[in-house]
Amino acid sequence: MNGYRRLSECEGIVVMKTGENNYMLQLRNISMIFAKDTVDEVTALENVNLDVREQDFITIIGSNGAGKSTLLNIIAGVFPPEKGGSIIIAGDDVTNLEEHKRAAYVGRVWQQPEVGTAGKLNLEENLSLALLRGKPRKLEMAINKKRRQIFRDALSMLELGLENRLSTPIGTLSGGQRQALALLMATISKPDILLLDEHIATLDPKTAQTVLRLSDMIIRRERMTTIMVTHNMEIALHYGNRLVMMHKGRIVVDMGEAEKEALTIGDLVAAFEQAAGEQFNDDSVLLSQH
Amino acid sequence: MDVGLLAVSLYEGLVFGLVTIGVYLTFRVLTFPDLSVDGTFPLGGAIAAVLIVSGVNPFLATLAAFGGGLAAGLVTGLLNTKLRISALLSGILMMVALYSVNLRIMGRANIPLLREITSFDMVARILGVHNGVGLSIGFVLVVVAIFVAGLNWFLRTEVGLALRATGDNEQMVRSLGSNTNKNVLLGCAISNGLVALTGALVAQNQGFSDIGMGIGMIVMGLASVIIGEGVFHPKSITSILLACLGGTFLYRLFLNVALRLGMPPGDLKLVTAVLVIIVLAVPHIRKKVRGEWLPPAVRM
Ligand SMILES: Nc1ncnc2c1ncn2[C@@H]1O[C@H](COP(=O)(O)OP(=O)(O)OP(=O)(O)O)[C@@H](O)[C@H]1O
Ligand SMILES: [Mg+2]
Repeated sequence: MNGYRRLSECEGIVVMKTGENNYMLQLRNISMIFAKDTVDEVTALENVNLDVREQDFITIIGSNGAGKSTLLNIIAGVFPPEKGGSIIIAGDDVTNLEEHKRAAYVGRVWQQPEVGTAGKLNLEENLSLALLRGKPRKLEMAINKKRRQIFRDALSMLELGLENRLSTPIGTLSGGQRQALALLMATISKPDILLLDEHIATLDPKTAQTVLRLSDMIIRRERMTTIMVTHNMEIALHYGNRLVMMHKGRIVVDMGEAEKEALTIGDLVAAFEQAAGEQFNDDSVLLSQH
Repeated sequence: MDVGLLAVSLYEGLVFGLVTIGVYLTFRVLTFPDLSVDGTFPLGGAIAAVLIVSGVNPFLATLAAFGGGLAAGLVTGLLNTKLRISALLSGILMMVALYSVNLRIMGRANIPLLREITSFDMVARILGVHNGVGLSIGFVLVVVAIFVAGLNWFLRTEVGLALRATGDNEQMVRSLGSNTNKNVLLGCAISNGLVALTGALVAQNQGFSDIGMGIGMIVMGLASVIIGEGVFHPKSITSILLACLGGTFLYRLFLNVALRLGMPPGDLKLVTAVLVIIVLAVPHIRKKVRGEWLPPAVRM
């Protein structure tokens, strides 16, 4: 399977994108060891397994260095997992697919708005690059009337007034505007999975709220299967239908909607501290259910 | 200032303008500081000269030189993308290697073309005019117009846009599904193709190809880029390409005037360096005088 779009991309055809069992993403035995066989050896991920259903919206929490970003990097194909691990997206085994080919499946927003957008190019050029995710790039004009209209429609949905600034260089936008654009670029070609890595962490509280609200809106409207990393417990509890906690390269908590709803921030913080403080012997953190 | 000086500067501004555009593509668009230019310029001259002397049609010989430049640029790009050698070192290695390659191609250090029929002679013959500086300007103008128009179109295509974005934010381009390594190869190839093409044209116009004719080409290209940016402040792709030509013209005019005023040719390199320093320093000093915020010094 190459990185190019499948049947589901064709207009008017609705097909089930997931593989067998309705899983949009399946991680099997994913380990990642950095600087192997040196004194700096770090096991960033240790035998992680995760099944993500279509339209799941998972929030991931975990202390610094828990392996959250590494997990997203592995899903996005930045580096391959250790031998024996496999990654299946929408039924396709993508374990050995390079990052630029994996892009057909995965949209991404990083912590810094500068990573997700090209500062020297303008708005419509950035969006045009994003619109062609997973499609072969041709010797045709990157921007045309039809595409401009698509960009305007998409931008007006953000309600930031960007639809009238298609030729503004990205470098002159505010961090929040830029991150909203990065979000749009990650989703405009409707990849199978959306990865958000602390994507509101560098924004001021009000802008962060706006971008988070936009994220939620796009995820719902496009029915995106999403994994969102955050350090904010309230956000982790409030958003999504599933919550995962990572610790030292392992998934130590994985709970569904019902469990999540019954949980208070206090419970979560306690569980988090327990994990961080390692006041337990086995791998799973015991959550006190009131 | 006399017309002859302007005419020569115009010719040089156009023909070396292609080198400047090539340097712009690697240094500015790809942020790939490619120094192989000093080797690909004489490579173009060598290929064209050898082919013309052996009786090949001079237009074909010029085209072959362009092809040779494309291939050399590809190798520089491969050293970087496949073997992970730094861009700077890849270019330097190619520059050094090409010196020997060019000597091999030519078989000696200098090939005279004065007795041969060059592209310029052909055009003069076809048009039935005298082969002078007017014709040189006209012919080179057509060649430059073709390549500038071509690039102006290409850089706006889907492929060209991905290439431009690669130099700006490689991580993002990969995450959006474009192979950044391929983009770098393409950019390096086009850049060096343009440079070799210029080498072929210059050799034919001056009547010889010389192993040392590429020395200082990268500095000249950079100086022209910096002057073009500093004077014209280009924003759009079209204006950037034209600013490269304009910058080269101003640079050449400056050198020609300095020579005319009696400056020894040996001092020209110093003049070039001072000129670039002035163009770069003026905006900074202006800001300082106005008491504006000064960005920290950049190291790349
Ligand atoms: N490219 C790399 N090279 C070497 N070590 C790395 C690399 N990337 C991550 N690591 C190490 O892997 C571990 C997990 O890092 P990771 O960035 O995944 O953590 P995280 O959960 O995202 O943390 P944070 O909350 O601080 O973002 C850390 O110990 C880190 O030092
Ligand atoms: Mg992280």
